[in-house]
Amino acid sequence: MNRFDITKRMVALLRHDEAVIGGIGYTNFDLWAVGHRAQNFYMLGSMGLAVPIGMGVALAQPRRKVIALEGDGSILMQLGSLATVAARGQKNLAIVIMDNGAYQITGGQKTLTEEGADIVAIARGCGLNQSVWAADESAFEELIALSLKEDGPWLIGCRIDSEKPKDTTERDPPIIKDRFMRGLGVK
Amino acid sequence: MDEPWFEVVAGVLKQHKVDLVTYVPDNVLRPLIDLVHADPYFTAFAVAREEEGLGINAGAWLGGRRGILLMQTSGFATLPNALASLSVPFQIPSLLMVSERGTMGEFNIGQQLVARTMRPVLDTLLIENHTLTHLEDVAFIMERSITQAFATQAPCCFILSPLLTGGKVFAA
Repeated sequence: MNRFDITKRMVALLRHDEAVIGGIGYTNFDLWAVGHRAQNFYMLGSMGLAVPIGMGVALAQPRRKVIALEGDGSILMQLGSLATVAARGQKNLAIVIMDNGAYQITGGQKTLTEEGADIVAIARGCGLNQSVWAADESAFEELIALSLKEDGPWLIGCRIDSEKPKDTTERDPPIIKDRFMRGLGVK
Repeated sequence: MDEPWFEVVAGVLKQHKVDLVTYVPDNVLRPLIDLVHADPYFTAFAVAREEEGLGINAGAWLGGRRGILLMQTSGFATLPNALASLSVPFQIPSLLMVSERGTMGEFNIGQQLVARTMRPVLDTLLIENHTLTHLEDVAFIMERSITQAFATQAPCCFILSPLLTGGKVFAA
């Protein structure tokens, strides 16, 4: 699968101003490239915090669905957050892991998922029972649709290729924050 | 008799609608953690690592909810990257409360050394920080500083001095 392609497919399924948190690097670059939405938040550092940030938004707005997009290198830094999400049983949160087995933005060095670590198995071990690998694009769309309809927490793993992102997110943190808060109706 | 420090802290948090408490536990913070767990006003839970709590509270604030992260000194030392790349540049009013180890009777050299990194990090990142030392000042400092943090969209750190809490003492 391809990051831009499945991000585009995911965004096309959003109908209710769902919040989307884009983890650092290429994960949020392709979210931006698909087309800015007022409910998108793009991280610019704090590697590994897409899931916690998504969980915080989900806690604050329990009636809104929240999707955290994260890369394999990033989630490997904050595996404990999967256990926290499971322990809290955060119903309105879905986590999408884009796994290409590499720190692609720094030159393609292998991550531990390329050495055998299985993020979906780790998530299940953390207590996230609704964790699955999406076999292909249509399975991914079905899983996203399901996660938007049924209670979570969900974790959807996607094995992606190493194509570069289509664009680069504008790096202006106060504007990213302000737009996101307005998009969530907070301001 | 005066209210103990943790009751004053919980009262100020309520007054300022700070109802989300994430923490990595600490012995000194225990009475405050017990209190917020016992009070249904608060949503309180432990996280696996301090950065995670900072991220959760940041997300909550973006969604319109106020939180505070409780930790000890060594836990604070895991936060500089997240403070410098999330709280400060995105102008997020992250509230932090640190129980101070490493001073006034510390018995663990690791705690003593890591404690020295805390105030320089806060000052370097221009994060407002106050050491809570006297019980009679706790409410004033916290009320004013929380108001300021939300008004100026800037993080703020409260350091709990052993002079206030008694600290952790050497178990002979």
